[in-house]
Amino acid sequence: MKIAAVIPAYNEEKAIASVVNEINALKKNTGIDIVAIVVNDCSRDQTVQVAAQTDCVILDLPVNLGIGGAVQTGFKYALEQNFDFAVQIDGDGQHPPAEIEKLLKTMLEKNLDVVIGSRFIDKIGFQSTFMRRVGITYFMFLNKMLTGQRITDSTSGLRMLNKKALEIAGNNYPDEYPEPESLVLYAFNNLRIGEVAVEMRERQGGVSSIGTFASLYYLFKVSLAMFFTYLRTRNRRPEKL
Amino acid sequence: MEKIQIIAIIASLSFLVYIGRLITKGKLREEYSIVWIICTAILILFSFWRQGLEIISRLVGVYAAPNLIFTGTIFVIFIYLLHLSVVLSRLQQQNKTLAQEIALLKQKKESDHA
Repeated sequence: MKIAAVIPAYNEEKAIASVVNEINALKKNTGIDIVAIVVNDCSRDQTVQVAAQTDCVILDLPVNLGIGGAVQTGFKYALEQNFDFAVQIDGDGQHPPAEIEKLLKTMLEKNLDVVIGSRFIDKIGFQSTFMRRVGITYFMFLNKMLTGQRITDSTSGLRMLNKKALEIAGNNYPDEYPEPESLVLYAFNNLRIGEVAVEMRERQGGVSSIGTFASLYYLFKVSLAMFFTYLRTRNRRPEKL
Repeated sequence: MEKIQIIAIIASLSFLVYIGRLITKGKLREEYSIVWIICTAILILFSFWRQGLEIISRLVGVYAAPNLIFTGTIFVIFIYLLHLSVVLSRLQQQNKTLAQEIALLKQKKESDHA
């Protein structure tokens, strides 16, 4: 069982090495066959040089695509190289790689296609700011309205996909702020989506891809994207869940 | 022929020549030049046929001829801008696929060397 740990990285020279090393430590300690794949989204700092010093696969994008395009590159690689699962982990150290084990366990036990690591099930670890939590709650309701599923942490970037889900995401993945939108895409492609409680940390370096002023744009753009993904894909699902 | 007509005709013709030069130099693709050629042709037509504007305005029920020009051109500009957004979206999608393909190929090349 091969797992690709896809790490989208844009200006993450401070945190990237420890993320890769933690993944490799996980491999050593648990025997899970996992490969760290750093997708450098045309960083302007030393991300790629730092990553090259570690034991990982580097996918070096020639232009900046945004997080969605970067993650999708990793998914495409995972498909090409015949990985069984891919797990997306942020390059800023927010996601402790040790949590991957929980995701994998949930995926296999519950027979799911997509597993999301949620901060809000056990409510432990870094809980994000109040305004962001308001936004996340809003996405939870929007997602529930469109797909009928309850996902507590739809913006979580810590998620695992099996091969079936990889094929869909590799083919068609949003560029900007892809997390909530892709859930609608998965739901209407008849994938089974589940969540598992994880603990996240505060970022160890770099800045969020979503600035303060961009938040409103984020809310509006993602709502629009979720709605149109719903229109585009709703007919693929044979019966309402 | 009045002065303004001559100025308009010269301006339109130079614009047409400029479009032609852009195409021959390969800076403008033919499919995007069509709309500009048609616009210039319309300008030239009305430069020669001055009463034309009045006649058409009365035909469609617009009482002040300049209003017809404003309404018509703004409408055409909006449609064309929308078309450009569609073209841009397609380009962005193609650009993304190419960038991803390059990253994957670079990695393949590296691993073949190792």
